[in-house]
Amino acid sequence: MRTIGYIIQKEFIQIFRDKTMLPIIIIMPFVQLIVLVYAATFEMKQIDMVVVDQDLSTTSRQLISKFQGSPFFVLEGNTFSMDEAEDMIKSDKADIVMVIPNDFQKKLMSGETSAIQLIVNAINATAAGLTNAYSSYVIADFNKNILTENINFIQPIQTRSIDVSYSYWYNPELNYKIYMLPGILVILVTIIGAFLAALNIVREKEMGTIEQINVTPIQKYQFITGKLLPFWIIAMAEFAFGLTLGKLLFDIPIVGNLGLLFGFAGVYLLVALSLGLLISTMASNQQQVMFIMFFFLLTFILMSGIFTPVESMPDWAQKVNIINPFAYFMRVIRMVLLKGSGFSDISYEFYSLLIYASLIFSLAVWRYRKTA
Amino acid sequence: MTDKPIIKVVNLVKKFGNFVANDHLNFNVYEGEIFGFLGANGAGKTTAIRILCGLSHPTSGELEVAGFDVYKQSEQIKKNIGYMSQKFSLYENLTLRENIRFYAGIYGLSKKEINIRMDNLLENLHIGHLRDQLIGSLPLGWKQKLAFSVAIFHQPKIVFLDEPTGGVDPITRRQFWDMIYQAAKDGITIFVTTHYMDEAEYCDRVSIMVDGRIEALDSPAGLKQHYHAENMDEVFLKLARAS
Repeated sequence: MRTIGYIIQKEFIQIFRDKTMLPIIIIMPFVQLIVLVYAATFEMKQIDMVVVDQDLSTTSRQLISKFQGSPFFVLEGNTFSMDEAEDMIKSDKADIVMVIPNDFQKKLMSGETSAIQLIVNAINATAAGLTNAYSSYVIADFNKNILTENINFIQPIQTRSIDVSYSYWYNPELNYKIYMLPGILVILVTIIGAFLAALNIVREKEMGTIEQINVTPIQKYQFITGKLLPFWIIAMAEFAFGLTLGKLLFDIPIVGNLGLLFGFAGVYLLVALSLGLLISTMASNQQQVMFIMFFFLLTFILMSGIFTPVESMPDWAQKVNIINPFAYFMRVIRMVLLKGSGFSDISYEFYSLLIYASLIFSLAVWRYRKTA
Repeated sequence: MTDKPIIKVVNLVKKFGNFVANDHLNFNVYEGEIFGFLGANGAGKTTAIRILCGLSHPTSGELEVAGFDVYKQSEQIKKNIGYMSQKFSLYENLTLRENIRFYAGIYGLSKKEINIRMDNLLENLHIGHLRDQLIGSLPLGWKQKLAFSVAIFHQPKIVFLDEPTGGVDPITRRQFWDMIYQAAKDGITIFVTTHYMDEAEYCDRVSIMVDGRIEALDSPAGLKQHYHAENMDEVFLKLARAS
């Protein structure tokens, strides 16, 4: 135990003495947290629209003003030429083109159906889907009004419809920041912790100081534990700091038990840091560590479900996520913070990570060689 | 120096692929002696020293260090040896005191013991003022001397020095050897590699390695007599040219 204590003491002295590392550890994640939470949003605020109105009737103008009245649409232009409208989509000035045919009003008045054409820029499929949904909603609303007015002419009957009312649980205002912040926090503490740990051992290899340690009777588990704990403590502190910031700046709800969350974070970080140390024991220089870490982090983060729900990923991807520590924590942090899930709700994830942690840690200890 | 061997090496072979770095080495090192391990760059000195320290595995051969078997008891050996590598190996961003505390702590010395020995060390070397200086800010000569002091801080039976005086001036080298003599007087067996032939004269016995083999092993006086040479430089050149 004392041996481990001496390593931890030494690591902390070195970390806090390094005048370039300290700001990186403390300031960088919080700048990222603030910037990313504001930037990484799927909310549609401004859909640029071009109208090709070939009818120029009262009805067509009503439809257009309906769109103008919506908070999501901005009328960027009004033209008669399809070519011009297409050019605007190509040059990214418009996201959607609405083409109203010249017999639009006539057909509607005589009780026939008229078709309008919507051309949506679908480079970003998600955004296109939302654009489509929003405009369909506007048009359907318009449709209903037309129908009611016309019908009222002839005979007053009541249009019956099913009124759907929504209640959004756990995030009633559909606030995207509340959803994103926990996920981004997970990424930040992992990157800081795992990179610090991974670069540490390999730097001792590059400096040659590891030889001096390898001729001592130190035991392998002592060495790895001594290298893991300092960065674990830093990552946990970082996590606490990030949550506080989230509460103060974004007022994220903390519905569940904080002790439970920190307990889970602790086990999760054991996995992440052990993984970093394992890579570090295998690599021979910092460059190798950077590339291998980059490979794992990027893959794990994108598959973790931070942006896209894991449930909608293909089957094989969901299976791969069994070895993705991010996926476990990403799910659990949102469950505990937003839903207030208790231990029984997350026990599967907890025990899985516990097994994972002991596996990777043992692997790192085994892979650390005192002989070259 | 006694006639009790503290290092026994029988037929040590180390191969890297087809390259034979150590070709059937045989020698004993006796308790309390200063054993010089000489050879040109690439002769295989560092390879042998790393094997004896348990940093590398031999391909074949029987080896015993401080009474322990190199294959089976390498951790026991590590408790009883000190090592100073070619690469300077104290932490540059730690102070002298922090470096000593760290290494001594790993060797399991008690806090009290560490403090007593540290005070003695600082006093003997008259370097009380360097105590809280970062190692990185010290001149190379001092770094080497301090690395040696740290290597023997836990009072090992044997200390392995791999070209400890590389790149330092003659005066510092002389001081360094004074420290080695002092350590030998305190009962530590010294195993030192060098390619400075004047340093070979300071050793009790020297072995000269050429291309992975030990070509000669005797006291400096004995070697000079056998090869009809004025000094160790000539002995070495005669051996190296013969190969």
